[in-house]
Amino acid sequence: MASYIALTYWQLAAASVFVFINAGISVIFGLRVHRSLLIAALRMTVQLALMGLVLTTLFSMVSPLWTGIAALVMVLFAGHEAAQRQERRLSGWWSYGLGTGCMMMSSVLVTVFALITALRPNPWYDPRYAIPLLGMILGNCMTGIGLGLDNLTTSLVSRRASVEAQLMLGATRQVAAAPVMRDALRSALMPTINSMAATGVVSLPGMMTGQILGGVPPAEAVKYQILVMFLIAGGTGLGAVTAVFSGVYRLTDGRHRLRLDRLTAAKAA
Amino acid sequence: MAANEADLSAFHAGSSILQVRDLRTNLIKPASLSLWAGECVAVRGPSGAGKTLLLRAIADLDPNEGLVCLDGRDRSTIAAPEWRRLVGYVPAEPGWWADRVGEHFSEWTAALAFVRDLGFPEEAKAWPIARLSTGERLRLALIRALIVRPKVLLLDEPTAALDPASVAAVGSLITTQVRAGLAALWVTHDVEQAKRIAHRILVVKNGQVQEEIPEWPAISP
Repeated sequence: MASYIALTYWQLAAASVFVFINAGISVIFGLRVHRSLLIAALRMTVQLALMGLVLTTLFSMVSPLWTGIAALVMVLFAGHEAAQRQERRLSGWWSYGLGTGCMMMSSVLVTVFALITALRPNPWYDPRYAIPLLGMILGNCMTGIGLGLDNLTTSLVSRRASVEAQLMLGATRQVAAAPVMRDALRSALMPTINSMAATGVVSLPGMMTGQILGGVPPAEAVKYQILVMFLIAGGTGLGAVTAVFSGVYRLTDGRHRLRLDRLTAAKAA
Repeated sequence: MAANEADLSAFHAGSSILQVRDLRTNLIKPASLSLWAGECVAVRGPSGAGKTLLLRAIADLDPNEGLVCLDGRDRSTIAAPEWRRLVGYVPAEPGWWADRVGEHFSEWTAALAFVRDLGFPEEAKAWPIARLSTGERLRLALIRALIVRPKVLLLDEPTAALDPASVAAVGSLITTQVRAGLAALWVTHDVEQAKRIAHRILVVKNGQVQEEIPEWPAISP
């Protein structure tokens, strides 16, 4: 099992030097990214440290209840992150509810499917498999759904005249919104498609590299990576399609009107 | 093209084709009006008075309340896409969803007569939208709405960005359609144009619609 090289805290601190160099460059040239860069780095460190503690506890318990709670908390945080990234949000609970609902539906479905059919741990909800798998799928779903919804709402606003032009001529809301929906879905799926296309040639994915560093034979690590890539592509696609369709449904009504009044004003940059 | 006696008696004989009663949104006050087949009614009023909002509410493009009927049929009993084919709307800044002119017409051959009337060559089908002037866009949007064969046409300043020759061409095209039975509600800033093309004039002020008491047709030559 222990065929990996353990890291010390000093080694981690040394690796963070480059982040501080970047922050320094930002300060010197007035790029104003140092604040968000340092906050994100700090958040990442704290969140991962906590996750390490949580995972240690979860793995020792193997409880369906606590695994479920951990999964739920992850989904809720992902929903919050995706909502934060929207320039224009759906008003009221829709903003948070739609993204979170779609993420939960698609990532849980795909994760459970993989646990039951491919990985088959015993018990099937074993957190050592369920939580990392859900995390990887959820992270990509979050990006895809966030991009898709953001693209949808901003283009419905900027291309309002072209959508309404079709409505005026008697098109249904599905037909009138189709060009905008296509673009939103393309932007949602592009990162996933690009990463699949470049994987193995340009990039070695984090999970596979991690397994290899942990002592797993490359051929086995590759199989895991292919499995995960399929799950990510499937989950992101499913989540983004559901989110964009629901978004269009919410931003139009039964009388085939475009309802941009159901969006909040653009967030100040 | 002044409204003559024959025109007036022709439309007063039938019943109104479009009836609007207490139509209101959260921005416009209750408006009532009726429009007869073969009648052109001009809508005047200062900028920001709610003329465009009134047309959008009739076309059911914004949430609204009140009663709107076409040929005695309540709008709420007609599916919205069908309603908008019966009651066409040409906005002041028409939108385009594809790259070329022809892609915006279900049938280019059906549009050809209008295309020629408004001074375009047949090859205009292949023109890129990005290259069109504001006036060309307005004229093409008018054709696009006419070939759907609406019974009522709501026009939002269709001649605002046109040169005098095009204004005349659009004016005579609408007049011909109105003679053939189309009912038109025409928003314009131009008092002279309103008098020239319209049988009646409505005034929108502070979100309220009123019939303008005519000092006309008495002064019409």
